[in-house]
Amino acid sequence: MGTHNLEELFQQKIDKEVKIEPKDWMPEAYRKTNLRQISQHAHSEIVGMLPEGNWISRAPSLKRKAILIAKVQDEAGHGLYLYAAAETLGQSREQMINDLHSGKAKYSSIFNYPTLTWADMGAVGWLVDGAAIMNQVMLTRTSYGPYARAMVRICKEESFHQRQGFETLLVLSKGSKEQRAMCQDAINRWWWPALMMFGPRDSESTNSDMSMKWKIKRKTNDELRQQFVDMIAEQVKLLGMTLPDPNLRWNESRNHYDFGEINWDEFWQVVKGNGPCNKQRLDARRKAWEEGAWVREAAQAYANKQRTRKKAA
Amino acid sequence: MLHFIKKLYYGDIPDANSGAAPSSDQQQAVTDWPLWEVFIRSKQGLDHKHVGSLHATDAQMAIENARDVYTRRQEGVSIWVVESKYITASNPAEAGELYEPAADKVYRHPTFYDLPDEVKHM
Amino acid sequence: MQQALLDYTLYLADSALILGQRNSAWCGHGPVLEQDIAITNITLDLIGQARSLYQYAAQLKGGEATEDTLAYLRSEREYKNCLLAERPNGDWGQTILRQFLFSCFQRELYTWLAKEKDATLAAIATKSLKEVNYHCRWSGEWVVRLGDGTAESHTRLVTALENLWPYTGELFKGADYEVALGLDPATLHTSWLSAVQSTLEEATVSLAPHASCFMQLGGKTGVHSEELGYILTDLQYLQRVYPGCDW
Repeated sequence: MGTHNLEELFQQKIDKEVKIEPKDWMPEAYRKTNLRQISQHAHSEIVGMLPEGNWISRAPSLKRKAILIAKVQDEAGHGLYLYAAAETLGQSREQMINDLHSGKAKYSSIFNYPTLTWADMGAVGWLVDGAAIMNQVMLTRTSYGPYARAMVRICKEESFHQRQGFETLLVLSKGSKEQRAMCQDAINRWWWPALMMFGPRDSESTNSDMSMKWKIKRKTNDELRQQFVDMIAEQVKLLGMTLPDPNLRWNESRNHYDFGEINWDEFWQVVKGNGPCNKQRLDARRKAWEEGAWVREAAQAYANKQRTRKKAA
Repeated sequence: MLHFIKKLYYGDIPDANSGAAPSSDQQQAVTDWPLWEVFIRSKQGLDHKHVGSLHATDAQMAIENARDVYTRRQEGVSIWVVESKYITASNPAEAGELYEPAADKVYRHPTFYDLPDEVKHM
Repeated sequence: MQQALLDYTLYLADSALILGQRNSAWCGHGPVLEQDIAITNITLDLIGQARSLYQYAAQLKGGEATEDTLAYLRSEREYKNCLLAERPNGDWGQTILRQFLFSCFQRELYTWLAKEKDATLAAIATKSLKEVNYHCRWSGEWVVRLGDGTAESHTRLVTALENLWPYTGELFKGADYEVALGLDPATLHTSWLSAVQSTLEEATVSLAPHASCFMQLGGKTGVHSEELGYILTDLQYLQRVYPGCDW
């Protein structure tokens, strides 16, 4: 059976919505694309713990503290599910972590923005998790089995995050003058970065074609972004707040919201590493990893000793 | 042709340019804890289901981690953990006779099995 | 009697909250992802215990007291947590040892309280005991792994023990309110020491150097170390800056 036949069989599976599993034959490019996408998704979950973790010690009530800790812990768990899925494609966790720390692997740019006030916890939950969910629901139907299954598990847990974020802002929007101002300010700072989460315009997105053909991606960047704008433009009304886009308006003929142009300069600068927190995020992850080396070594050393003792016994 | 297919079946060799530290056995043993597969039975009467994997140094740690991550500390749940390298897997239908006997591991993890020298340097 | 019960409940709640607050600093910074999740789970348990206890305390206090007014609007000299809970995180070794010493104590204490006359405290203790048993096991395993791991981990654990041991005495020295309620914790010491000693032995760490250690006191009666002020500054910041708001 030649490679050409294997390629045909592979594409047939994709077209028939049969999932691809770890041991199935797959084009090298398919494997590489999935590995890159899944591992970067995993890195995003882990790095994403940092901007929110920033407010755990200062959460303004015990209930909010518990909710925030649970949310950040969920993100750690999601990172774990995704690293597990990525490892089925031939790269070890350690290799992936090294790629993150060296700057070779990317993570979602949104986490390079700082969380400046408590209201940011609400905005991040509502907008950032909201955008992520849109992407994630689509990915539950991705063609690679382990990735799709990880996404199903993640989506179950994710909707609680978005609701909590919105609810945090709702309480602020009904509160004191300072709380209301804090709420609007956070929305103003997180709106455009959230839109940037959907990536470059379709016309400038290089990976799209093959990703769509292989059903790694099920919807385009622009499609998802439009869906998100339509949803948030309605939800913001419930908060009595505005989105910082003077060009946002309902277009009857398109049956969608028109919205303004993203600052693509900012987008590319942050991707390149010049966002407000890029260095700080990676420094934190590197530090945790390096300072944890003695712990990991000790645990491994102990396990080795135990194995030797059991054999001798 | 066979050489090309063999390369794919043996899974991925890390990129020469990757930021990963050289994967000498020594380094791997010290810093990369073994991979374990996790199976959960959520209710009496059901089968155990494979839910994913995690890294741990021993079975006890693996079970506790599995409880934390995959069950969120639910009661009454049964957890099985197995080091991934101890699982033998069947081969997909299309491979037929082209599969090398050694390629019976769960996935393409580069450290699961010893590669012959010529494959290591591809 | 009511005041003693209130003080006692606050002591239990404050200890759980402050230790939870300390542990939560590891979130996103743990030595390995799986352990980040593990310690965060323990943190959530501690905060859950704190909340149950504060809610009971609010009931006892009456008036407009809530779990949040008690946690966020009491100042340094009103907090009654044991000193051990406010010790710095240090390295992973110090954190898990602190957890181990504290959790073994909670296990003794809650087992005892589960049979107490006060129905609410008994119920909280019973429910918390399941979690606490897990905390003992998890942290105990780490004590052994680090003590009997590498030379470096052993040294770090020995240092952690030196740092923390002087704060264990307070757990067993009854404050006035404990004595008034007939809940003198001195009776828990032997059992606690035996559990701790056996794990430390397995970890190849000796308690001998600490046999006549001078024990620090004061936390349970509001005389804390300099650490607590900073912990409360963080914890209470928003409620202090924006008083009277809902969150």
